[in-house]
Amino acid sequence: MSTVERTPSQWRVYRSYHSPFDPCPPRTRYFNVPPNVLQPFQTSARKQFAPHEALRKGTLWPEYFSPYPPEARGGEAE
Amino acid sequence: MKAIWIYEKKLQYPVRVSKCDPRLAKMLIEQYGGADGELSAALRYLNQRYSIPDKVIGLLTDIGTEEFAHLEMIATMVYKLTKDATPEQLRAAGLADHYVNHSHALFYHDAAGNPWTATYIQAKGDPIADLYEDIAAEEKARATYQWIIDNTDDPDIVDSLRFLREREVVHSLRFREAVEILKEYNHTKKVF
Ligand SMILES: [Fe+2]
Repeated sequence: MSTVERTPSQWRVYRSYHSPFDPCPPRTRYFNVPPNVLQPFQTSARKQFAPHEALRKGTLWPEYFSPYPPEARGGEAE
Repeated sequence: MKAIWIYEKKLQYPVRVSKCDPRLAKMLIEQYGGADGELSAALRYLNQRYSIPDKVIGLLTDIGTEEFAHLEMIATMVYKLTKDATPEQLRAAGLADHYVNHSHALFYHDAAGNPWTATYIQAKGDPIADLYEDIAAEEKARATYQWIIDNTDDPDIVDSLRFLREREVVHSLRFREAVEILKEYNHTKKVF
């Protein structure tokens, strides 16, 4: 795959109360804030992917690209 | 009818889960959103109050409210068993189908994944029919707790489940007493 834009993180980390009596070891939680939430309006004055790359990525705009690699679940990867 | 609920931020009976066993959550969810589960029980009884003779309205309020307390105990058990599980662990526990729809969220469905439906409960407007339905519901809930207890060897969660099972026994008894009260209506002088 081609390069991934280093935009601000699309992942938020949160923690929930973990009791000393909870049966399973704690897990850090993440949720995704996709770029459509942060920039709700498209404008034409943005940087664009090359046409073929845009077709594969599903968007013309790098700023609206929201990758979801397997590691994303852990929040490490963008 | 005027009703007010006061929420105390604690469980009716302590819930301690000692064994990391997400598999058990899949069975416990039967008592969360299943036909004979606690949500069904609470909604069934609280709704029947409006058309039942005055003498048993308070009983339905008491038991219906207690069922919500039970619902929170079940939710706590399910949450404790699943909140830290990875998707892989949930898949191994047979919860992949839950995960694709709800991730780590709880939802009102039964152990087989059927969503909760109002067709699980009834209000016939006939006091005897309604109370007999309630008695049957309590016996079915008691049986469900037995079958869940049969599927775990965690002594702490079994302790909480035995408490819940015992409450079904008591609720059934109190509904039977309500039937006796209604029978007595024959012998009282009615003033219209
Ligand atoms: Fe009950």
